Amino acid sequence: MIKIQNVHKIFYQGEKKISALQDINLNISQGCIYGVIGASGAGKSTLIRCVNLLERPTIGSVIVDGVDLTALSAHKLTLARRKIGMIFQHFNLLSSRNVFYNIALPLELAGTDKETIHIKVNALLKLVGLMDKKTTYPANLSGGQKQRVAIARALASDPKVLLCDEATSALDPASTLSILNLLRKINKTLNITILLITHEMAVVKGICHEVAIIGDGKLVEHGKVGDIFAHPKTTLARDFIRSTLNLTIPEDYQVRLHATHIPNSYPLLRLEFTGKSVDVPIISQIARKFNIDINILSSNMDYVGGLKFGLMLAEILGEPEAAIEAIAFLKENKIEVEVLGYVV
Amino acid sequence: MSFNFILQWWESNAPMIQLLIDALGQTLNMVFASGLIGFALGIPLGVLLHVSKKKGLLENHILNKVLGIIVNIGRSIPFIILLVAIIPFTRFLVGSSIGTAAAIVPLTIGAIPFIARLVEGALLEVPSGLVEAAQAMGATPLQIICKVLLPEALPGIINGIIITLVTLVGYSAMAGTVGGGGLGDVGIRYGYQRFDAGVMLITVIMLVILVQIIQSLGDHLVKRFDHR
Repeated sequence: MIKIQNVHKIFYQGEKKISALQDINLNISQGCIYGVIGASGAGKSTLIRCVNLLERPTIGSVIVDGVDLTALSAHKLTLARRKIGMIFQHFNLLSSRNVFYNIALPLELAGTDKETIHIKVNALLKLVGLMDKKTTYPANLSGGQKQRVAIARALASDPKVLLCDEATSALDPASTLSILNLLRKINKTLNITILLITHEMAVVKGICHEVAIIGDGKLVEHGKVGDIFAHPKTTLARDFIRSTLNLTIPEDYQVRLHATHIPNSYPLLRLEFTGKSVDVPIISQIARKFNIDINILSSNMDYVGGLKFGLMLAEILGEPEAAIEAIAFLKENKIEVEVLGYVV
Repeated sequence: MSFNFILQWWESNAPMIQLLIDALGQTLNMVFASGLIGFALGIPLGVLLHVSKKKGLLENHILNKVLGIIVNIGRSIPFIILLVAIIPFTRFLVGSSIGTAAAIVPLTIGAIPFIARLVEGALLEVPSGLVEAAQAMGATPLQIICKVLLPEALPGIINGIIITLVTLVGYSAMAGTVGGGGLGDVGIRYGYQRFDAGVMLITVIMLVILVQIIQSLGDHLVKRFDHR
């Protein structure tokens, strides 16, 4: 449905040349929810804006529903954009129009008659659950409600594609969840292809079927969400997954941490479970097998696409030899172990 | 000068009353006629200034520069000089260089660049994200101007209209120079030149009331249209 081919984007800041996107290739199939994730400044916003040509790629072509947008005239592009809905981080609703007329705007632009507009907008209001807010102005809506209006507006012209530019980044966790549920519902019931960009791994995990990771203007990895989470090939992908798990050593442990083994100290481990790890109750197994105690400090395990992955911080209490054997056993089961130090 | 003084003056100067009423009519005529034509030309000019800007909707560097210079020239000529400087043009347009109609021409010419800059400023306040959203929806530039930029900037534009009307009330006082009449003219000729403090005071009070009415009407409209 969306094909991004060999897209480069170069910005000029005075004399300075900034390469925002380099050789991006993406192929998003019909009905898919595709996530692009990247840190701030990685170029993901530029990428999504290239899809409807709010930003024109310096090189390369963007093909949506079989039409090469980069080859269209200004007028044809305007018409083509009516089949591509877009929602934004800051909603971009017109403050001068109430909810009804905000949603009606794309229909007005297309010259739809009043009666059809009435029927359509009411149906959309029902879909996003804002029937009672019809005559409210955006200033009196919450962030989540504003994004619902924006979604309804984006759907008004029956688009085949919905672009979401950090659509949940300005929302609280509860609103984020409800917006994601709404997007999933739209994807299922209307069979709309959704491309969303975000810096939140939770969003990707929550609704995306496929994901691409972008860093420094380059697409570093893409594939099914489960695969990427379970078998990240690049360090960038791995860092991203780790960043969502976000395990830091507690401060009082850091004070007591020594780089080398000294008498009466215990190893502090970071265990990383990936898709390759053998799925067994490993913690209780090593405790029994090597007669050690395991103190889990923090742990963040997740289950995506049928695979378990996550990080764990734990200290192994027991004989030093037993600890070494336990670590070797963990490694045998394809769990990545890093000895962070020794705690006194 | 108490209220009684004015009452006394009013009773003993019945013919003056008709004069003041006529003068008020002339002032209103000048202010609203020049205002109306000024908005009709100044608002599109302000829109052009805004959309032709760098990174604007219809970026056109040369047009923007030329319009900018013209507007700046218009804004920098003192009104009293403009009034006499364009007499040939005024005569060409209304057939005479004196009278109320003749005063409307320089008032309008003075108002257009003033309005244009105020409208430009009001449009600048519209968040660029809204324009972008409209573009993403497939709006043509004209649709963006009519359905997004102008409605979103409406409170600011109404504010600009009010400022312009009040300024025009002030400018219209100078219209006496070309025989345009109006309250300011009465104040100068009867109040100042004939040492009639009563007339002077009454014209000033009438002008104050006029400005108050325009301002509160405007404030009310801004409140009604401002949903931000």
